Amino acid sequence: MSSRYNLGPTRARKFATRVLPLIALAIALVLIPALGPSRSMYSLMNLVGINIVFALSYNMLLGQTGQLSFGHAVYFGLGGYGAIHAMNWIETAAIDGGFWAAYPVFGVPVIGFAIGVLAGGVIGWPSCRRAGIPFAMISLGVAELIASAGFILVSIFGGEEGVSGDRMNGFPLFGLNLGAISQVYWFIAFWTFVGVAAMFAFTRTPLGRMAQAVRDNAGRVQFVGYDPQHIRYLVFILSGGFAGMAGGMSAVNFEIFTPDSLSLVPSGLVLLMAYIGGARYFAGPILGAALLTYAQSNLSDFAEAWLLYLGLLFITVVLFAPGGLAGIILSVFNGLTRPGARARLVQWAGQLVAGLLAMVGGVIIIEVAVRITKGYGEVYAPFGVAFGPDSALTWICAGAMLCLGLSGLRWFALRGEAQ
Amino acid sequence: METLIFALINGLIYGLLLFMLSSGLTLIFSMMGVLNFAHASFYMLGAYFAYTIGSVTGFWVALFLAPLLAGAAGAAVERWGLRRIHANGHVAELLFTFGLAYIIEEVVKIVWGNLAVPYRIPAELNFSAFELFGSQYPAYRIFMLFISIGMLISLWYLLKRTRIGLIIQAALTHPNMVASLGHNVPRIFMLVFAAGCALAGLAGVIGGNYLVTEPTMALAMGPIVFVVVVVGGMGSLEGAFIASLLIGFLQTFAVSIDISFADIFGFAGLAAGSEIGRITIASLAPVLPFLLLVVMLVVRPTGLLGEREF
Repeated sequence: MSSRYNLGPTRARKFATRVLPLIALAIALVLIPALGPSRSMYSLMNLVGINIVFALSYNMLLGQTGQLSFGHAVYFGLGGYGAIHAMNWIETAAIDGGFWAAYPVFGVPVIGFAIGVLAGGVIGWPSCRRAGIPFAMISLGVAELIASAGFILVSIFGGEEGVSGDRMNGFPLFGLNLGAISQVYWFIAFWTFVGVAAMFAFTRTPLGRMAQAVRDNAGRVQFVGYDPQHIRYLVFILSGGFAGMAGGMSAVNFEIFTPDSLSLVPSGLVLLMAYIGGARYFAGPILGAALLTYAQSNLSDFAEAWLLYLGLLFITVVLFAPGGLAGIILSVFNGLTRPGARARLVQWAGQLVAGLLAMVGGVIIIEVAVRITKGYGEVYAPFGVAFGPDSALTWICAGAMLCLGLSGLRWFALRGEAQ
Repeated sequence: METLIFALINGLIYGLLLFMLSSGLTLIFSMMGVLNFAHASFYMLGAYFAYTIGSVTGFWVALFLAPLLAGAAGAAVERWGLRRIHANGHVAELLFTFGLAYIIEEVVKIVWGNLAVPYRIPAELNFSAFELFGSQYPAYRIFMLFISIGMLISLWYLLKRTRIGLIIQAALTHPNMVASLGHNVPRIFMLVFAAGCALAGLAGVIGGNYLVTEPTMALAMGPIVFVVVVVGGMGSLEGAFIASLLIGFLQTFAVSIDISFADIFGFAGLAAGSEIGRITIASLAPVLPFLLLVVMLVVRPTGLLGEREF
């Protein structure tokens, strides 16, 4: 049917917003090894890929359907355990034969996906009966239950030391035996692309659209004739599946899974990734996963209070930038392209300077305080400037910077409102 | 018989301690719709404050000062944090308190260190209260029982028999009307939040030396308190009371039952040496509240006394 006025996006626009980003991602993933990354760079990127899929699967719940879960690592962990057991079956089947002899380790994330779907279907049935805050608390309780079960059922979860496997078995799909880390990169890159593309495609399906409608106005969805509880349940199952797929990727990458991976700590981390990146945007969790994974592997080495910084960053995002990093990037881009960019630029520059000042003051206070408690007698001396814990100058300087920065931020905020 | 009586008293004490935590959480939730994820962190702060104050002034001053300080911290959080994002909805508020729980835990680690602090039962209370079936019963537990019952009675009296309680109850259901009558509703909210945090702090003061005062104590207690609130029915104080006692008894009884699955399901052919058969009821005690949560959700999704759907 052709209408005279086509109000929808043009073909070029559709291509630019729906296909082009995925092509760009594929090209980036293919080109990265050409830059000749080091071993540690490879292992970091593998972890980023796993966390991107995990954070996106989480955002199917938080960002797309408006369900806040505190126990998403359960599906990641169960999928990962399924994958690691499958790897062990492949190993034994290499000698004994059978179905698993023909199954490549490369395809193990599919097993993770299936287990995740199964777990989502079983656990989601009682927990999706409630929405909003009760759902969040239920997810927490269920996560505690499964995590404790992980330590009790040794034959499945391997007790404290977990279950380990070997990825260099079975038939090498695409000629990858997955021995070297650069080969694992291709495995991770492939599944990251599959996960991102599939979850992006999901947002365009009728179910994905209805999920967003449930998030925005569940009552109205019900009025139109859909069952919000059913839609939440279906999305929950799929989200569990993709989390399980990320678990399967992780199983091949690390060749071990421990019951800790089911616990509240990774569940909290994936929430932080999705939210700091920007839960309202599809690309947000990708940004968040990349940033937090990078920060975790680099910052946690020399900043003892890295979780404190993470908490502060999270609270700042919740309070002042609910759109997360993606929201900030988008509003900067919009602000520069729309009229009146000069005034906005001055405002942002001022806020940036004040924010940096407050941050430097805060970091000095935290770092000096950490060194006092840990009692190594080491003096915090970034860039050769020593901040002695006993000298009053340290505290006065840092405190003044913090106060000045915070009041500067407040002044600019008031100024922005006045304009 | 003696296990039964000991389990009864211990369960009652643990249940009342849980109620001290969950009553504040429930009050805050039913009034502001905020689920304070950091509630157990104020419990931890109470214990640490009591340890530090107590090492200077002794336990009795700390018993009063530490909850007040925890309450003041709660008031500050409400005034400068929660109030700002109230307009962004309840999920944003929940996320804010979630981040706060991270921050409080890390700050506690920086100030008091990663390991447990030696917060001990005061010498005045470190004797045995009575002898029952040949075992000594510590006086401190009886003291905890009295503090908890005192808290329970004063909370009930405050809410049901005083003018302030009347205004708080009115603000729960009709905040706009209460504001029209000239009451400062945001300030009432702040006071309730502070009072809830102070109750959690009190639980920390008397629970911190009974259990262990360490940076993970908030994470260990938090989920159980949430279970209490969901099982009792979101926003129902009476429900929270029943659920607290239920979970208190459930956990203490489970610890004292030393039979395994094989003993129970042996008739169905479960071998004593098998993995499932070896699991004892006692080892399941930490999991039982969460099992109760799942069962409750399947049977009665609104909780014991919950009427409202949130």
